[in-house]
Order: sequence, then C-alpha cells, then structure tokens
Amino acid sequence: MSGIMQKIQERLQSYRVPGYYKKYDYRWTMVIDLDKCNGCQACVVACYAENNLQTVGKDNCGIARNMSWIRIEKYYEGEYPDIKVKFIPIMCQHCDKAPCEIGCPVFATYHNQDGLNTQVYNRCVGTFTCATYCPYDVRRFNWFTYKRDKPLDQQYNPDVTVREMGVMEKGTFCIQRIRAAKDKAKDEKRPIKDGDVTPACVQACPTGAMTFGDLYDPNSRVAKLAKDPRRFYLLEEKNCGPNVIYLKRVMKDGSKA
Amino acid sequence: MDRKPEGLSYRGVNEDIINFMTKTGPKYYLVLGFFILCSVFLYLLPWIHQIYTGQGVTGLNVPVVWGVYLVNFVFWVGVAHAGTLISAMLYITETPWRRAIARSAETMTLLALIVVAFFVFIHMGRPWNFYWTFPYPNQRKIWTSFQSPIMYDVFAIGTYFTSSLVFLYFGMIPDFASLSQSTTGWRKSFYKAMSLGWRGTDRQWHLQAKASMFFASFIMPLVVSVHSIVSWDFALSIVPGYAQTVFAPYFVTGALLSGFAAVILALTVLRWTFPMMKKYILIHHYDRIGLFILVLALTWSYLTGMEIITGYFANTSDEIQHITYKILTYPYSWLFAFMIFCNTILPLVLISGKVRRSEKLMFFLCIFIIIGMWLERYLIIPNSESRKFLPYMWHSYTPTWVEMSITVGALMVFISLFMIIIKIFPVISIFEIKEDVGVPMKKEGH
Ligand code: SF4
Repeated sequence: MSGIMQKIQERLQSYRVPGYYKKYDYRWTMVIDLDKCNGCQACVVACYAENNLQTVGKDNCGIARNMSWIRIEKYYEGEYPDIKVKFIPIMCQHCDKAPCEIGCPVFATYHNQDGLNTQVYNRCVGTFTCATYCPYDVRRFNWFTYKRDKPLDQQYNPDVTVREMGVMEKGTFCIQRIRAAKDKAKDEKRPIKDGDVTPACVQACPTGAMTFGDLYDPNSRVAKLAKDPRRFYLLEEKNCGPNVIYLKRVMKDGSKA
Repeated sequence: MDRKPEGLSYRGVNEDIINFMTKTGPKYYLVLGFFILCSVFLYLLPWIHQIYTGQGVTGLNVPVVWGVYLVNFVFWVGVAHAGTLISAMLYITETPWRRAIARSAETMTLLALIVVAFFVFIHMGRPWNFYWTFPYPNQRKIWTSFQSPIMYDVFAIGTYFTSSLVFLYFGMIPDFASLSQSTTGWRKSFYKAMSLGWRGTDRQWHLQAKASMFFASFIMPLVVSVHSIVSWDFALSIVPGYAQTVFAPYFVTGALLSGFAAVILALTVLRWTFPMMKKYILIHHYDRIGLFILVLALTWSYLTGMEIITGYFANTSDEIQHITYKILTYPYSWLFAFMIFCNTILPLVLISGKVRRSEKLMFFLCIFIIIGMWLERYLIIPNSESRKFLPYMWHSYTPTWVEMSITVGALMVFISLFMIIIKIFPVISIFEIKEDVGVPMKKEGH
C-alpha cells in the first residue's frame, strides 16, 4: 500500500516540474554584469539581426510597439546636472516555474528538455494570456503583418522563423544556436562544452557584460559568476525561478558604486 | 400587490402569446432593420477590418494586452448569469413569481453567451485558429493545456451554453405543442417538429417536470462555477490587482448584480413596447428583483472593499502602486467614484418599496448599475496591467474607435438577436402561466 502511495506521490511530484521532465539536460543561464553594462544597445541590435525581428516603423515605434526581445531599461536618479542613469538589459528570463506557461490554453509556450521556456509560433492563437501573466513584460506581439523592404528581406536569418501577424514572440536565448551546438557536439560524440553556445546579444556586447552557459556544469563561467556576492535575480520575490542572473554592486549606505 | 396575473383564461394566454409572436407591425421591422444595420456597421465591419489589419488597430500594447474586449467578455458573462439564476435556482426553490419572466431571462442568458463567445474570438490574435482551444483528437497529437484557466473558460462557457439551451428547450416543448395547434404556415410545421410529438399525457408531463428539475439542478452550480472560472483567468496570474483570492465570489456577485439589472432593462422595454406584456410582467416582479439587486449591491460593495483592503494590507510596493493608480489617479479616480456611486450608493434607494415598484425609477437605476458594473471590469482589467512590476514598462491604455465601436455593436447584435428570437420562440412560458391562472377544471395528476 505504502509503495503505491509513494509511487503516486513521485508521479504527482514529477508533474510539478514544468514539462514533466525529471531533470533537464542543461540549465542555460545568462549572467549580466550591470556594473559593466554601459547601455550601448549593441545587444538589442544584434538580437534584431539574428532573430529576424521586424522593424515596425516610426508611428508604431513611437507608441512602444517595437518588437525588441531584449530591451535596455533606463532609470534616472537625481536632478540635472547631478544625474545618474542606470541600465538594465531585460529579456525573457526563462523562468523555471514560468507563469506564462500555465496561462496558454494550447501549449504554445512550454518547457523543453533543455529547461528553456519556448514559444511555438505556429501553435499560438493569440489569447495574450502569457503576456498578461509575464511579470517581466518581455513578450512581444505581432500587431500587424510586418514586411521588410526589398533588398533587406535578403537579410533574414534562415535558421529563424519569420513570425506572422497575431502571434506572440519573445527571447529564446538564441535557441537556433543552441540547437546547432548540440548537433555539432552530438556529431563529435561529446557533451556541449562551455563556450560552444553564444547567443547574439552576448556575442555583440562590447564590454563583455553578458555571459552565457550551462549552470549544471560546475566549471562553466556562468557557474563561477553565479557565486559572485553581487548576484541577484530580477523580481526574485515573485518566485518564478528566473534563469538570468544580474550582478550589481550596491553600497551599504545606498550610494552607487 | 398583484402577485399573480389576473383576468386571464387558458385561451386568453394562448391568444396573447400567439398574437405577440405573429402580429408584427412595420414599425417593428423598421426598428429591427435599424439594429441589424447598426450591428453590421458597428460590429461586423470593424471586426473584419481588425482581422485583416491585425490586432494593432486596438489600443492594446504590451503590457496592457487585455483591454476592452476582455472587459466586454466578462461583462456579458455577467449579463448571462441572472437568467440562469432566475430560471434554475428559483425553479428549484419553487418561487412562484419566476414563471412569467424566467423564459425571457433564460433567453437573454443564451444570447448573451453567444455574444460572449464572439468576444473571445474578437480578442484573439488569430481567430481563424479558434478551434485549437478545443480538445479534439488530431494527427498532430497536440492536446490542449489543462492547467490553463483560459482552457476552462472554453469548457465552462461551452457547458453553460449547452445546458442552458437544453433546459430552455425542455421547458418549451409543451408550449411548442400548444402553439402548433393554433398557428398556420411554416410556424405550424416548425412548432410541430420542435414539440417532438408532445401530447400532454400524464406521463409526458411527469417526465418533462423531472427533466426540468434535473437540468435546473445541473445548471445551478454553473451559476457559481462559470464566473468563478472566468475570474481565475485573472486570479491565477501574479499581476497586482489580478491576483486576488476574493475574485471568485466578487465576480459572481458582480455578475448577478449586472445580470439582474439587465433583466430589469429587458423586461421594462418589453412592457413599454408591448402593452400586452403588462398582463404578465408585473410590478411584483420588479419588487422581487429589486430586493435581489439591493442584497447583491451590498455584497458587491463589501467585496469591493475587501479587494482594495487586502491589496493594501499586502503592503508590497506593486500592490500599493496599483491601488494608487486605480483609485487616486486622475481619470480613474473619477471612474472609481462613479462606479461606487452607481453600485453602492444608488442601489440603497431600493430599501424603499416605492422605488422598487416604480418601473421608471427601476429602469434608470438599472442603467446606472449596468454602467457601473462595466466600469468595474474596466477598472480591474486594463488598469491592473498598466502598473505591473517594472516601472519602465508602465503604460496607460486608451481604447481606439475599433474597440469602442465593437463594444457598442455587441449590444446592437444582442438586441437584434433578442428581437428576432422573441418573435419565433414563446418568450413567456405558456404552460407555466397557465399553472398560475389556475386549472379550469379538475384533472388527475397535474
Ligand atoms: S551590449 Fe552589453 S553593454 Fe551594451 S547595452 Fe547590451 S549588455 Fe549593456
């Protein structure tokens, strides 16, 4: 009897893991050193180029309907001329307990075996539930059919889908690059090494503020950086288990480093 | 007061209802045509425009992605609720005054649910894929997500619609039979087919009563569950202003409040346009529904207080920010004050029996309640999203002309449907009124 109960318990517990995986193959994590970020927005541009993000035109951009999957939030402190600007790049945090996933009625967003929170564009019906539930507001919606002008459509990245009107999209940690690295590693019959995968934003960052890797691998750079005393998660109190670690030095007396 | 329809005979009831359904003047067609025209121009064409151009024609924007469409969705589910309460709950408790108005209220439920379903599709980014939200077997082996509250919306509304339809139909079968005897032309064959060979034997009456009782008991929990499920769309998120445990009872109460107000509006319009209706829809009904509205308004006010106070007690910066935005920031502070005026202060006049028995006063009061309840949903749905966690993304929402026109158009659609339905189906339950009238001669069984 107790054996059965235990089995049921285990079974129920396994359901609590998003996607019902016992353990993910990888735990992709990004570490962003806010002390290094200078707000140059190179990561944003890189994301546009890599992930076929559409430009929405002047009017729509003016009302903040831009499609950028990663955005640099700027917070100003103090009065001019003694003003300080703080930057924080925010993209999809690939939460372990993603609130968006429970909302979607059609499984368009779910956890894959890498522990990534993925979005299946073809399945999306556009109920907006995920964007509502997302505490980071990183989901972007295709409000119209966006097209690139003539020669520019040659720039589309063939590895990434071009999304149609009416679907939700969001940052993927450049899943196409993760896929490519996995394939290569499989061909060479080895697990993915640290540094095999570099998302576009990480690659573009001129100050090296961003680092990407597998947190399960104790020797990876992210695992080391994750032990940094400056670490914090964005909106950690919401208990979503985000997978982007921010590093920021905060002085005891509240002054900025 | 006159609690029962008076001066009626069995034959009189039949004739009244048939005349009401068949004798349609040109004025009626003119008004109906006007409303259908309005529906096309205010509802259909803007929607087609939206489907072609994209959801971008609305005022929605991340993070405010649930706007007026969802407000209307919740509002119309609310309107649907009172019909079920009147027809099912009062059926079970054998409340005598329900008989004359139950049918029209239940018809309203059904039509409101059609409007609701369409608001779900209007709200979707890709409405042509709506069937993906139904769990149907397919070769792609994709199932729907049973942890999603939106999924349960589909089920809840589907169940609600189907069972209301069946309940309504079962109640109508004896009426169809009696109508088929006294009508001619297409109506005769139509009613005959619909009456399913009803002869009025004891056994049939017995089964009919049994089935009605079964469906009434089946629907009764739905009154509570459907709007609770709708409220979970919001309560299951972590957005400040949405994540409220009080939401299920709060939404159900609000739904019933707006539903009863809508019933009063419909009954009053029926009374005003068809003097014949005055024989059936009595001031006594206003009195009873007035009492319901009073109780519901007080409960609603208490729960509104709780909603704000629990948020305030949580004392997290985001809850405080949300409450400040909703109650104290300029346009919304006025809207909030107006909502409290409509739903808490104004219904207090219902304590006086004179007001409850005056159809004019009740009519205007109910218009205010309807507006107040719509505002309540407006203040909850887009406004909570305007103030989510990251201040950089704070964003105010204003509906565009497309959204407002579809909102008004939905009302036109509802009115047109109602006007068509009451001419085809008996909007007053003939056999139940006859029960009120009293049996002319003694019969065995019933
Ligand atoms: S590219 Fe690097 S430095 Fe520039 S904004 Fe992005 S994170 Fe900051």
